[in-house]
Amino acid sequence: MRRNNQQLKTSSFVVQWEFILLLIFILFNFAMSFTHSNYLRVTNLFDTTFIFSEKALVALIMTFIIITGNIDISVASMMGLSSVVLATLFRAGMNIWPASLVGLGVGTFCGFLNGFIITRVRLPALIITLANFSFYRGIAYVILGDEAVGGFPESFLYLGRGYIGNSPVPFILVFFIVLAVLAGIILHRTKFGRTVYAIGWNEHTCYASGVPVDRIKLLLFTISGFMAGLAAVFITSRIGNTRPNIATGFELEIITIVILGGVMITGGVGKMWGVFLSIFLIGTIRYGLGLHNIPGQYMLIVTGSLLIISILMNNLIVSYVEARYLRAMAALEQGEQLTEQISSRERR
Amino acid sequence: MNDHEDAEGMRGMSNATSRSLFIRFAGLRELGIFIFLLVVVLIISIRSPVFLTLDNIHDIGLDAAILAIVAVGEMMVILTGGIDISVGSGIGLSGMIVALIIMNAWGIPPIVAVFMGTAIGGVLGMINGILVVKAKIPPIITTLGTMSIYRGATFIVNYTVNKGKWVAADRFAPAFRTFTRDTFFLVPNLILITVIIYIIFYYFLNHTVTGRKIYAVGSNPDGARFAGINVSKIMFLPYLLTGMLVGTGGVLWVSRYTSAQTDAAQGFEFMVITAVVIGGVKVTGGSGSIIGVLLGSVLIGVINNALNLVRVSPFWKLAINGFIILMAVIVDKYIQEGVNKRLLERRKI
Amino acid sequence: MKKTLLLILAFVLVISFSAFAGGGGAKKDEITIAMIVKNIGNPFFDVVRKGWDEAVAELGVNDVWRGPEQPTPEGQIEIFESLIAQGVDGITYVGNDPQALAGVAQKAMAAGIKVNGWESGVVPNSRDISVEPVSAQTIGADQVKILAEQIDYKGQIAILSAAATMANQNTWIKYMKEELEKPEYKDMELVAVVYGDDVREKSYNEALGLFKSFPNLRGIISPTTVGIAATGRAITDEGMIDKVELTGLGLPSEMYEYVMNGASKVFGLWNPKDLGYMNAYVTYRLVTGEITGKPGETFKAGRLGSYTIEPQEGVDNGLVYMGSLFRFDKNNVGEFKDEL
Repeated sequence: MRRNNQQLKTSSFVVQWEFILLLIFILFNFAMSFTHSNYLRVTNLFDTTFIFSEKALVALIMTFIIITGNIDISVASMMGLSSVVLATLFRAGMNIWPASLVGLGVGTFCGFLNGFIITRVRLPALIITLANFSFYRGIAYVILGDEAVGGFPESFLYLGRGYIGNSPVPFILVFFIVLAVLAGIILHRTKFGRTVYAIGWNEHTCYASGVPVDRIKLLLFTISGFMAGLAAVFITSRIGNTRPNIATGFELEIITIVILGGVMITGGVGKMWGVFLSIFLIGTIRYGLGLHNIPGQYMLIVTGSLLIISILMNNLIVSYVEARYLRAMAALEQGEQLTEQISSRERR
Repeated sequence: MNDHEDAEGMRGMSNATSRSLFIRFAGLRELGIFIFLLVVVLIISIRSPVFLTLDNIHDIGLDAAILAIVAVGEMMVILTGGIDISVGSGIGLSGMIVALIIMNAWGIPPIVAVFMGTAIGGVLGMINGILVVKAKIPPIITTLGTMSIYRGATFIVNYTVNKGKWVAADRFAPAFRTFTRDTFFLVPNLILITVIIYIIFYYFLNHTVTGRKIYAVGSNPDGARFAGINVSKIMFLPYLLTGMLVGTGGVLWVSRYTSAQTDAAQGFEFMVITAVVIGGVKVTGGSGSIIGVLLGSVLIGVINNALNLVRVSPFWKLAINGFIILMAVIVDKYIQEGVNKRLLERRKI
Repeated sequence: MKKTLLLILAFVLVISFSAFAGGGGAKKDEITIAMIVKNIGNPFFDVVRKGWDEAVAELGVNDVWRGPEQPTPEGQIEIFESLIAQGVDGITYVGNDPQALAGVAQKAMAAGIKVNGWESGVVPNSRDISVEPVSAQTIGADQVKILAEQIDYKGQIAILSAAATMANQNTWIKYMKEELEKPEYKDMELVAVVYGDDVREKSYNEALGLFKSFPNLRGIISPTTVGIAATGRAITDEGMIDKVELTGLGLPSEMYEYVMNGASKVFGLWNPKDLGYMNAYVTYRLVTGEITGKPGETFKAGRLGSYTIEPQEGVDNGLVYMGSLFRFDKNNVGEFKDEL
């Protein structure tokens, strides 16, 4: 009975959450399209995806990490460091492509370091990634100080700025969607994905059952560094210039995206298409409000309220559904009892 | 057991306690952070003779004070298994509101302004608490939301009341401007307030039933419920208290820097959480001491101060800061494990 | 399966709306000019806005005033994109990192929008015209001169800047160092450049650190409004008035107390209100085609009078200087403290 309750809670939560997001997304777009003549211009819509594409890439791996019940606050600093490394090497004369690979490697190594300390020393991910949030960013400052690097070749700039052929579809958007589909398949259709959920539900049981929890966590954090490095390549290309403070503050937005997408911070719950929706929802809200020139501070309030209201709504729906289920179960039991009484009286 | 054996046993025990005071100290969880602090202080005082002067210690104290005050609240929140990342925005908002009130009312004594801040902060904390306990929104999401909302509100309040101008030094009554540094029997007000707060909460957490209930709820929420503890009330309380401490800190912040700006204390929550975790409070809740939190806050104050003293290139400061924090947690973890092992061995009697 | 179908249906629905609302970008009769500042919530730019609003009213155009919550180039890039999507006629911006904004500024220009960059340094192909309140060289040199006068041209000095990543700060510091090479400053030594990041408590603590690391420090230059106010507080708190002299760029409202108590006897600024006014006019003139931003052209900027566009080194576009550094001291700071 208890297990059923939990299952019901989980399934109704999961089903309802993503649908609420979808609903908000559709309603918002619907409303906006009538308030601004430029809103639904296809070129504008596609162009707006540039802004959040790098964050979206990192949100993919952040989903996995938060599902396991961990967190990575150092992603933006890893982005900054990777970007600075690749730029500095380029400025020193290295060809941009191997430089980018080195930058990618640096990011991956930073992620590995995160995972290593977390799994070997057994400290909470929160505090280790919080410390490295400063440390990695600090190294970026040590390398580049108050200088900037720019002047990247056209071929490199294409990555973050280019479109597919003559269409208005940005290259990075396609790249992201491919990776998102891949991430979704891994999360929902592979044994690895199911293990990730299991770790989030109950890490200790997993340990006891022989699941290589530490190795998986290490892998996830390493991938986090890798994705940060990838995002760094894209953002450096899009902006065409880098300084040690590039991508400052991104980690909070990425985490907000994932949580809004229905991934519970306690672990074990969340779906990739929820995060996917969340990315586009936040993106379109920023875009729509931006078209109306609403100041950023109000955006802050909107995002904050959105988080709280969506969970509030979800909680309300869950308790409503639960109440009905419980009543149904109670009625069923009563009915069974009655039948028992009748049949036992008949037997006599 | 007859009386004779009882007396023997008692004598043995008292011998043990006095002899093993040192061992008991060595068994303290705070030992790790304390040793680390000592080592850091030692290294810095060698490199910079100015470090251990009274003047500098005075500055470290003032710098770490507000951090320490807010850290107490954050500690209690984390003890119950929650977290509050809205403290920076709370400081900004409560400070701004009080500043806007007192800038045209010079007659208000500074201490009253502090209490006003505490009340306002309490309201902010209550909102967090209600959202977490009544609406059942996970703490990190609630405070992530209120962090943005309170920061946005600071901006709106400032623009509505003061057309966007930050409240500058000359807008405050002279008494308020110097409040944090004015001394009361040789002790700066700010430090005095911090000490009083720590005494109050030390007593509260260690010697009152409600305080112990906070620990209980954090280490085993279900068990606590079965034991008859009103878990909802106990989970609500830390957010309220944190809000009050945040409000206090907010006004003290404005007084210390004689300025209320819309982006005050941005990012402060990271430092607060770091101080609490370095102080030995488990992120999962249920374990941690207020002395540890005090030490953690002092350590952060020391590091910030030291980095400005030692003539290191400014571009290295952030990296060194992060590295020291990393080392502090790792070293503390290893010392803790060593201490726990020793404690375990002692039990083998 | 059902969910996936619903999802696809939803997306198709949304995209199909574009069929109805497609031909956007309606040609407006009125001109719209936009301003992107470094960040919202900064009182300096609120004063700039007063001048801007004044000019906008005189010119009878529509205007947009935007800025990111945090002074980051990424935030400004997002706003640029939004303005391009709205199809405004002219954009003027003060860059958090002008080089980082070059890309999106070029995109705007390619879309037919006129771009004016102020206080945004020298970056090729990134705007139609530049506006500097005062030449960067003058800003740097003047601050050194002011401090030198107060400390009798001898002693150790330090610079407390904003963020190491701010291009205009770095440019001014470069010119300060150049000025210090001149023979009259041979007894003055620049011992440190520290960064307060325009964060009050950080700037305050950096100032305290300077006092302790350099006990013989005679002067501090802080070319940033938050930094100079925080340093003023530090000097007052530590009883360093007259021991350490302070100058830089500050707002009279923030600095009033410190001028009155002697912590900072003289500091400088240009008139932010005039800056806003000027930029509105310049952008308007660009949009109407009266000027194209090339050196040699002249135009009238309302109540500020006539200006000639000068050449800017290293780029095609021209440069307009507004005026000279305005000095505030005990005698005049009271007049401005309510407005500025």
